[in-house]
Amino acid sequence: MVDLSMVNWARAQFALTAMYHWIFVPLTLGLSFLCAFYETLYVRTGKEEWKNIAKFWMTLFGINFAIGVATGIILEFEFGTNWSNYSWMVGDIFGAPLAVEGIVAFFLEATFFAVMFFGWDRVSKNFHLFSTWMVAIGSNLSALWILVANGWMQFPTGMAFNPATVRFEMQNFWEVLFSPVAMAKFTHTTSTSFMVGALFVITVSSWYLLKGRHVEMAKKSIIVASVFGLLSTCYAAWTGDESAFVNASTQPMKLAAYEGLYDGEKGAGIVALGWLNSEKKPGDSLPAFDFEIKIPGGLALLANREINSFVPGINDLVYGNAEEGIESVAAKMEKGKAAIADLAAYKAALKVGDAQAADGALAKFNANQEYLGYGYLLSPEQTVPPVATTFYSFHIMVFLAVLFLLIFVLFLIAAVKDTIAAKRGLLSLGFISFFLAMIASQSGWVVAEVGRQPWAIQGLMPVNVATTNISAGSVQTTFFMFLAVFTLLLIAEIKIMLKQIKIGPEGF
Amino acid sequence: MIGNLDTALLQQIWWILASVVGSLFLFLNFVQGGQTLLWQVSGDEDEKSLIINSLGRKWELTFTTLVLFGGALFAAFPKFYATSFGGAYWVWILILFTFIVQAVSYEYRKKPDNFLGAWVYELFLFINGSVGILLIGAAVGTFFTGSNFTLNEYNQVSWTHPLRGLEAAFSLFNLSLGLFLVFNARVLGAMYLVSSIDFSGRPQFEARLRRSCVVSLVCALPFLLYVLISLLLMDGFGFDAAGVVSMVDGKYLANLLAMPIVLGLLLLGLVLVIWGVVMTSFLGGTRGIWFGGLGTVLVGLAVFFTAGFNNTAFYPSKADLQSSLTIYNASSSHYTLTAMTYVALVIPLVLAYIAYVWWLMDARKITTDDIGGRKAY
Ligand code: HDD
Ligand code: HEM
Ligand code: HEM
Repeated sequence: MVDLSMVNWARAQFALTAMYHWIFVPLTLGLSFLCAFYETLYVRTGKEEWKNIAKFWMTLFGINFAIGVATGIILEFEFGTNWSNYSWMVGDIFGAPLAVEGIVAFFLEATFFAVMFFGWDRVSKNFHLFSTWMVAIGSNLSALWILVANGWMQFPTGMAFNPATVRFEMQNFWEVLFSPVAMAKFTHTTSTSFMVGALFVITVSSWYLLKGRHVEMAKKSIIVASVFGLLSTCYAAWTGDESAFVNASTQPMKLAAYEGLYDGEKGAGIVALGWLNSEKKPGDSLPAFDFEIKIPGGLALLANREINSFVPGINDLVYGNAEEGIESVAAKMEKGKAAIADLAAYKAALKVGDAQAADGALAKFNANQEYLGYGYLLSPEQTVPPVATTFYSFHIMVFLAVLFLLIFVLFLIAAVKDTIAAKRGLLSLGFISFFLAMIASQSGWVVAEVGRQPWAIQGLMPVNVATTNISAGSVQTTFFMFLAVFTLLLIAEIKIMLKQIKIGPEGF
Repeated sequence: MIGNLDTALLQQIWWILASVVGSLFLFLNFVQGGQTLLWQVSGDEDEKSLIINSLGRKWELTFTTLVLFGGALFAAFPKFYATSFGGAYWVWILILFTFIVQAVSYEYRKKPDNFLGAWVYELFLFINGSVGILLIGAAVGTFFTGSNFTLNEYNQVSWTHPLRGLEAAFSLFNLSLGLFLVFNARVLGAMYLVSSIDFSGRPQFEARLRRSCVVSLVCALPFLLYVLISLLLMDGFGFDAAGVVSMVDGKYLANLLAMPIVLGLLLLGLVLVIWGVVMTSFLGGTRGIWFGGLGTVLVGLAVFFTAGFNNTAFYPSKADLQSSLTIYNASSSHYTLTAMTYVALVIPLVLAYIAYVWWLMDARKITTDDIGGRKAY
């Protein structure tokens, strides 16, 4: 069977590489639009100062972009190297968005990136502006396609299992593309990345203002960034709420985990602030929280848009709840095991050419096939993701969102009134805001990914079935290779970035 | 419309598309070739900068083509993606590593406070152009020499060699193909640099580049000859109407004879490359890259077509013949191939804007003015 430590190394490696990629990607997504805004202002007003501002942020963008690309290529192939069984089983569906991403998004980025950087005196002003916009649009299109892929893993749709080839096959491309999960993921991820980009500008500009350098440039940058940030925050709150709403129907276990809800109830409250009881296990009678502040009815409203509705908790989902019509995991595991056995019987019958036996086995298999994934689980409790990690990550993210809203509002007011340079307290908060944004953004992915454990594909394929048949040692070695290389490159990028910030923009 | 095509035709279309992307990648390897020429042909820092800035405008295209090659194979031939990347683990991981370090090198090499120092980034570029391309060649070589894997009835791969893919580099054929690609990339690199740099005041730099073009070709030839002769003589992995794979005497020679167009592509490609070299090294021309590039694409197509068409297993297994992958047993479903084919209709548009931007950006050659200032690499 599968080497369990191999699964864990493969997971660690995926988490490591994805999280590194995710250090740079949100900045690319957000900053690319800000560069486009600054350049548009230059082309519209004809003022050199906007050109210098645009060029300055583009320099930082380029430094970040290079390492974003470097960390991306490995992810593209990692599905094959570490999750080859997964790649075969779902490649028919999952491969397509990755390929589309290459065709429609990456080339747009790659081609116009060269114009954006080296084209200033080689192409016309308008074509240059066009190129900058293409880079921004291309980056965000690449986010669309990869999030369609990820959304499909969270909520597999538009496909059917083919027992003959032993894989899932696509039935409806549009269902995959426009799945509610994919749309929630795309809108939420891009809108929050805009916030990350805006906070980056605010951090750097705050530092300049605190030091009394490049004051005019910093103030101008801040105005644009805080308007963009404020709009993005409203959009992000809406799409975040939408994400949770979608979770309620597609991944109720994830929702229960990040809300710390063990026992489902009608009109469930939402925990605004809380400290989990670390002794608590599914199925026991201990209280879930050591301390909590709850808003009554909040969770029911969030999950079902109805204040008195029922929200299932972890215990309902694991052990079943007849009243609410929720089947227990143990029952699903029985059906899943039957499905696995019938599939094997079907394969065996085909091998000896017994068509009748094969048909019989197939019919039995079809009755239970939607539970196939459950057959590979070892215990019902395995379906509970790490609750504390998901819960705290979620609350950190949401708490920071409120803080960011405040930051954008205060910066905008102070910038418009032109009192910003004197507000040292606010500037200090602005200075650390980008680092907080990174924390919020990474936390979001921890919620999304840790919260769906143990499923590589929700309900269909647990991670231990998804792996490559390879020794844990190999994966462990490459894990450390990636860790070393990415860390080295990250240090280089930070040093280069800091130096460029110290040098500052031209002309101010 | 496309949905009415039968599966076999779609599978063939996708093998052609994958071959086109793969062949374009081999052409775009002029970037990697240029990287390995860096130390050898530049006389001073400015000349180095000219090379870096010239290649630096194109490296993303090569990189992205590699990414697309991976994505397209995943979507169209997922069994290949799963089997090869999961199975030949180490060879792919090492290839990817050389591309990871390449991606930052252009941007970071000259930036102040870059932590590792310029020469380390130059070393990264050299490793990418040499080791990276060599291993890609070795991996492509296994399309003909076969790999060590078995698939069970659930199509799960087991690799039967402890080196997990690296063993490919120890076959003379694969190694020769790899070395040929390395030198061919240098041929193309020299041609490209000759076409894009303004050499005014630097005649020796120009002469060094033009000479290195023909020298690289001379180095490439023995490996090319070895590969071609072996290919014509070796046994190949064929399959019959029932899909049963067996060793067939002189399979690849038979493929070339059965598909004269492919033979034509191969010969025409070789002639074009040689003509490009003659132009660059002996006639003082600057457009050699177009001939060399087109020639490389044609040769690449011939190689991929020989590997995959005419009832040939393109990813054969030495360990278990019946586990071998063919374009028919490794592909996606009819539905996915159809959907992807619709998407592929935008490829001409993509090529068109790439060509337009290329033309726009290269209308004027790179001069010493372009390598000063903060924007330059
Ligand atoms: C600056 C970063 C940031 C901020 C301030 C927020 N988010 Fe977020 N969130 C993300 C960055 C992020 C993310 C990194 O982009 C994630 C990970 C996966 C995804 O789709 O977006 C995410 C995921 C994510 C999920 C899980 C979705 C899933 O698994 O399908 C939920 C429920 C929310 N968010 C909800 C919110 C709410 C209600 C917010 C408060 C207004 C909020 N987020 C602010
Ligand atoms: C870029 C931001 C992302 C981050 C930070 C992230 C984080 C993680 C983490 C932490 C895990 C391990 C979870 C665990 O085992 O406990 C994981 C697993 C995984 N993620 Fe993501 N992820 C990201 C994006 C994606 C995307 C876009 C995809 C798909 C296209 C994806 C696919 C996977 C897969 C296949 C696994 C391995 C299987 C599994 O453990 O569930 N991830 N990711
Ligand atoms: C497992 C999932 C992922 C894979 C396989 C992947 C793959 C890649 C690859 C191969 C590149 C380099 C492209 C090039 O040649 O230019 C890249 C860059 C990029 N990716 Fe990812 N990626 C993943 C997750 C994400 C996510 C979740 C997003 C956004 C929501 C994203 C957005 C981008 C962007 C904007 C770039 C441009 C480079 C940069 O950020 O600096 N990627 N990715």
